[in-house]
Amino acid sequence: MELLVFYAFCVGAVVSALLMVTTKRPVRAAMSLVATMSFLAGLYALLNAHLIAVLQLIVYAGAIMVLFLFVIMLLNIEEKEGKLAKNVFFIQLAGTVVVGILMVAMVVVMNKIGAPVAAVAVDETFGTTKAVGWMLFTKYLLPFEIASVLLLAAIVGAVILAKRRIDNSGS
Amino acid sequence: MVSLNAYLMLGAVLFSIGAVGVLAHRNALIIYMCIELMLNAVNLTIVAFSRFLNSLDGHVYVFMIMTVAAAEAAVGLAILIALFRNKPTVDVDEINLSKG
Repeated sequence: MELLVFYAFCVGAVVSALLMVTTKRPVRAAMSLVATMSFLAGLYALLNAHLIAVLQLIVYAGAIMVLFLFVIMLLNIEEKEGKLAKNVFFIQLAGTVVVGILMVAMVVVMNKIGAPVAAVAVDETFGTTKAVGWMLFTKYLLPFEIASVLLLAAIVGAVILAKRRIDNSGS
Repeated sequence: MVSLNAYLMLGAVLFSIGAVGVLAHRNALIIYMCIELMLNAVNLTIVAFSRFLNSLDGHVYVFMIMTVAAAEAAVGLAILIALFRNKPTVDVDEINLSKG
């Protein structure tokens, strides 16, 4: 049963990821990415990472992708045929070949990694909000606080970058 | 029980798909999305290791990666909007002002 669910999520994630990289339309790519992230959330739940699974859905599939869709609609990009189409094709081919070799190498290496323990049973609290929160506020308190500063910096940076420049020459 | 290697291989495949997307696409928005996909593949690897080593530290790392990804998306898209205001394109081949 678990194997079946795993393969279903697996195939779903890979297929929607492939759909994302093969399309040229940003909105279609964004929706495919939402599907990939939802499948990955299912895989996290399968790995007993309950909090991470929910965060994946809320933060990634929710917040970040909505941000992407907003920007796509804001920019209103018209499709246009590339004038460099011929060059781009060879670049794409070369990139695909190189990364294909990399992928084969990675998969072979990943397959060789000996599992630390075949199937260790975890206790019921593994991956719950309480357990992860406990870690965050004890062992990883400093990184947690630094992350909050990082988010503040990102908010300020995004506002400064995206706001309209005040024109000093006018008026 | 699904083996650790299956999760790791799925992570490797997703990471490679994301890398192909970064190399093959010229649309800056889609390149951002492919970077998000690569981050997600790494997250999957970390969560799988965390589960099989029976240690919660991996979940905290994934939490941090999500924070950085959110910050990166916000700032990156703001940069894109600022660029678009100067030059109405998201094609990375045409955004080459600092090429020298």
